[in-house]
Amino acid sequence: MKKDNFAQFSGSEDYVTSEPIRNAVNVSIALGRPLLIRGEAGTGKTLLAHSIARGLEKKLTIWNVKSTTKAQEGLYVYDTVQRLNDSRFGDKDVGDIKQYIKLGKLGQAFIAPEQVVLLIDEVDKADIEFPNDLLNELDEMSFYIPETNETISAIHRPITVITSNAEKELPDAFLRRCIFHYIEFPTPELMEEIVRVHFPDIKDNLISEALKTFYSLRKVDDFRKKPSTSELLDWIRALIAGGIPHEDIAKQVPFVGTLLKKENDYDFFVRNFATRRW
Amino acid sequence: MFTDFFYILRQNKVPVSLVEWMTLMEALAKGHIKNLDEFYFLARAILVKSEAYYDQYDIAFQQYFQGVEAPEEITEQVLDWLKDPLSRLFLSEEEQAKFESMDFDELIKELEKRLEEQTGQHDGGGHWIGRGGTSPFGHSGYHPAGIRIGGQPGGRHAVQIAQERRFKNYRSDLTLDVRQIGMALKKLRQLRRTGLEDELDLEGTIKATAKNAGDLDFIWQRSRKNTVKLLLLMDVGGSMEPFAMLCSQLFSAAHSSTHFKDFQYYYFHNCIYDYLYKDVEREDAISTVHLLHTLEPDYKLLLVGDARMGPWELTERYGAINYYERNEIPGILWLKRIRDHFSHCVWLNPDDPRFWIHATVQMIGKLFPMYSLTLGGLEEAVGKLVVAK
Repeated sequence: MKKDNFAQFSGSEDYVTSEPIRNAVNVSIALGRPLLIRGEAGTGKTLLAHSIARGLEKKLTIWNVKSTTKAQEGLYVYDTVQRLNDSRFGDKDVGDIKQYIKLGKLGQAFIAPEQVVLLIDEVDKADIEFPNDLLNELDEMSFYIPETNETISAIHRPITVITSNAEKELPDAFLRRCIFHYIEFPTPELMEEIVRVHFPDIKDNLISEALKTFYSLRKVDDFRKKPSTSELLDWIRALIAGGIPHEDIAKQVPFVGTLLKKENDYDFFVRNFATRRW
Repeated sequence: MFTDFFYILRQNKVPVSLVEWMTLMEALAKGHIKNLDEFYFLARAILVKSEAYYDQYDIAFQQYFQGVEAPEEITEQVLDWLKDPLSRLFLSEEEQAKFESMDFDELIKELEKRLEEQTGQHDGGGHWIGRGGTSPFGHSGYHPAGIRIGGQPGGRHAVQIAQERRFKNYRSDLTLDVRQIGMALKKLRQLRRTGLEDELDLEGTIKATAKNAGDLDFIWQRSRKNTVKLLLLMDVGGSMEPFAMLCSQLFSAAHSSTHFKDFQYYYFHNCIYDYLYKDVEREDAISTVHLLHTLEPDYKLLLVGDARMGPWELTERYGAINYYERNEIPGILWLKRIRDHFSHCVWLNPDDPRFWIHATVQMIGKLFPMYSLTLGGLEEAVGKLVVAK
């Protein structure tokens, strides 16, 4: 790959990136390795994949991982029940097994005629062995279907983004093959940029008052769930919609329910708000 | 290339493997790196796979590139010229490209050269050492690979970012909150299929039905349940006071975990003798012998304590710190009895491992595998508890 091709990703209009993120994304594209993204909830891990797809004008394939997801489902599923049903009541040729093989998200990304961005979301939700079962497929970018004696291999290596909330430890062998990036919580300056992307017409004193209050709330260690970027954006949306004058923001903290989602946190806030013990 | 950096990383306990190192080499060979900033982030993205190691990475980075910090005597000489920070300056792309070709040895040499040439204070401009400006030397200026000499940083650069060590709090050898302890304890979980066959095995049913030419054939299986039983024994009072908060976090994490088949906890002070206590005030006693009789050996035993006490408390008859306990059997024998009874046991020590050289800590450490009460230590301990001793 030529040097000029390296800096492919430079963010997209609605997603503010920092230099380390751009670097990590570009490295992963250049080396054709999956990018593993970790970070506090609400720092935009999933949105990063959306942004890459938009920035590079590629299609996005999303594989949402759940606790019951098996690696096999991402490759293909052999719909035996449908075949059984057809053999009894249908008029299809049940000898043609191919029509009962349904490709999963990974398989779809492989056979796509153009390079796609593949998002494997919340990989740590699944069983602890899940990432290991995908090692070879992600390495070779191909897999074999014994039922039809076919090998599906990637026409274009998909740009793979994997997000994790660190609920389970990921296996070492899997980690070795990934490019890793931890999204830090944005600094106030970066946060202001992010807010402005979402609310281009926001007034200066509203944004500065809101950010001041927001970061002072984040400093309170007694909260179980500290408010994050997505909560801040919701809150600002509420402030604008409610037409709250900026001088009331720090004084009253209106709509605090959009920032603090846990009952205990809300109680703590109400109890300590008057005395400002933070 | 940079091979020493690899070893320095390993020395700093960053788990870097050869596979990752070769990946880095591959990336470097492709010529993606223009300056040290990019190297810092590129190497971190490829080599470090958890934010828990970002801090150690920063330390290693500093060690390897330490020549980059301005040497002491130069700093002193230059500090007089550099008093207050001026505002930050941004470079045009053209200027930036010009500077990007410099490497660090060159920079240091260049700095020394310019130091010799320069005779007075200098602000702004693009060459001399001083405040603001785009010279790679001085402070408050902006240069992509610059060397800061005292003052406040203007543009931040790789080595400076490394020096900030912003990721200290992500280290797994530091103690963290209840949820994280809970997550660590969750790994103790052992799911076994027990009880009646009352769960439908869907896959098996489909297979059997297909085999049965389409007539339904139900397959049942036992449901999976967690079989782990946990016994927590905690040292309270005295030298454990400073760690009370930490211990209560561990306790609430264990207590709120719903995934244990059984969870029991007792307190003791300094060492275990004839009695254990159900409350922190140590009034409601239960005999240790009774406990050993009633609890099966397959309870996982988690002992928490600093293991620091007078040696006599451990080895002597009547050695208990509470005079009225009048223990006939020395504490160490009690501990040994407990260890021999349970097949899985660990000792968690909240004290800094540097103090584990204390005599009684050493003695207890020989009886129980000892881990520090940090997230990393707890994970290791849980790993130990899963396998038999």
